[in-house]
Amino acid sequence: MAQSEQEILAGLAEIVNEETGLDTASVEMDKSFTEDLDIDSLSMMTIVVNAEEKFGVRIPDDEVKNLKTVRDAVTFIANAQS
Amino acid sequence: MTSIRDRRVVVTGLGATTPLGGTATQTWEAALAGRSGARPMDFEWVGKYDLPVTFAAMVATPPEQVLTKVETRRLDPSSQYALIAAREAWSDAGRPEVEPERLGVAVGSGIGGVWTLLDQWDNLREKGPRRVYPLAVPMLMPNGPAAAVSLDLGARAGAHTPVSACASGAEAMGYAIEMIRSGRADVVVAGGTEAAVHPLPIAGFAAMQALSTRNDEPERASRPYDTGRDGFVLGEGSALIVVEAEEHARARGARIYAELASVGMSADAHHITAPEPQGSGASRAMVAAVERADLSLTDIVHINAHATSTPVGDVAEYNAIKRAFGDHTESIAVTATKSMTGHLLGAAGAIEAIFTILSVHHRTVPATINLEDPDPEIPLDVVTGKALTLPEGDVAALNNSFGFGGHNVALAVRSL
Repeated sequence: MAQSEQEILAGLAEIVNEETGLDTASVEMDKSFTEDLDIDSLSMMTIVVNAEEKFGVRIPDDEVKNLKTVRDAVTFIANAQS
Repeated sequence: MTSIRDRRVVVTGLGATTPLGGTATQTWEAALAGRSGARPMDFEWVGKYDLPVTFAAMVATPPEQVLTKVETRRLDPSSQYALIAAREAWSDAGRPEVEPERLGVAVGSGIGGVWTLLDQWDNLREKGPRRVYPLAVPMLMPNGPAAAVSLDLGARAGAHTPVSACASGAEAMGYAIEMIRSGRADVVVAGGTEAAVHPLPIAGFAAMQALSTRNDEPERASRPYDTGRDGFVLGEGSALIVVEAEEHARARGARIYAELASVGMSADAHHITAPEPQGSGASRAMVAAVERADLSLTDIVHINAHATSTPVGDVAEYNAIKRAFGDHTESIAVTATKSMTGHLLGAAGAIEAIFTILSVHHRTVPATINLEDPDPEIPLDVVTGKALTLPEGDVAALNNSFGFGGHNVALAVRSL
């Protein structure tokens, strides 16, 4: 079932909080995972796999490097759901 | 000028999380009060696997109460316990100012990250390789706790993990002595950690008949030297100490508990699990510790024994003590604190070293509990009933630790 971008953002923020302890409010659309949120590649893989389960989508490993910002991830998930 | 090899190594900080308490202080007070840390295991897997042993000595303070959510998520319980103990020990030592390149870590573990290993194996089988946690390997590796402590304190002189089953924690403290004596470090955080209250090690230890099955009376199950002893009680937790070159500790005006004077080590080369019955290997470790500390055998007034409460092991250790000390044996006040803590495996030697250090520092030896009918084959002077006061003046004590594989480690502690 397709979710709104706001719903996806909120869900993603929960996953990021769970893995890194970052405040959910700091997970904003224009933030870069590596530069702004300081998320390393191991944490990113965990976030990706948890997002796949939560949103019922598949995020290929090749695609992960293109998900630079939170918006990139939200857009990818939204498109994959529709 | 004294050479580096003559450097005295002193203890300036203590930290622990054990079945008796969430800190070293709480653990010590509970031991002086003669409390048992054993209790029924309230886990669904006990019934699910129909385990023959239904109790153990779990940590008194769950790590979630102390660490952040991210720390508990990204560290195996064995590393969580070590981190808790390290932070307490570091704080207790007054957070010594030391160059990172002169600060070392030595944290032993008997089993390593068994919870992570088997949880992730379940993930692989049930959900596939993509669901294996990316931090699975650094979490399960036995050096994970040493690495976690090194990262937390910024210790760069070296982070090491001696592994010798139930002697690991004591061996790590011995390694710390060597690091300081050889000039590699001025300050070392050292000890052991274990988090193996898990169905697989329990089933394994039970299969070899090493565990007490006194399921109806957990608190009375660990009874070293008693004729009714029927095996050890599995415990968990971590104990770490801060050791320093004496001149380093003196220069900063640190509180010094005692001198960690030496380590003596040997191997039995006799049997993979059974101790050499005459105790020749264990006695060599004890004598080596005494000699390397420049002590005489008659200087030893107290031994914190390995004494796990197994029928065979307690007798073999008595034979080793008698072989090492001869007639002086009857003048040594012996205690078996596993009667209260249970057996912390890779952390056992470390928590017992802390007890030995505090016994020398406070001149007080905690009593062995549950010793109601002393085994006539073990005529030791065991402290029972209430804590014993050690004499004033210079005193020295030993802490014995032995591990499956025939590993023998004795640490000598001297008053300062």
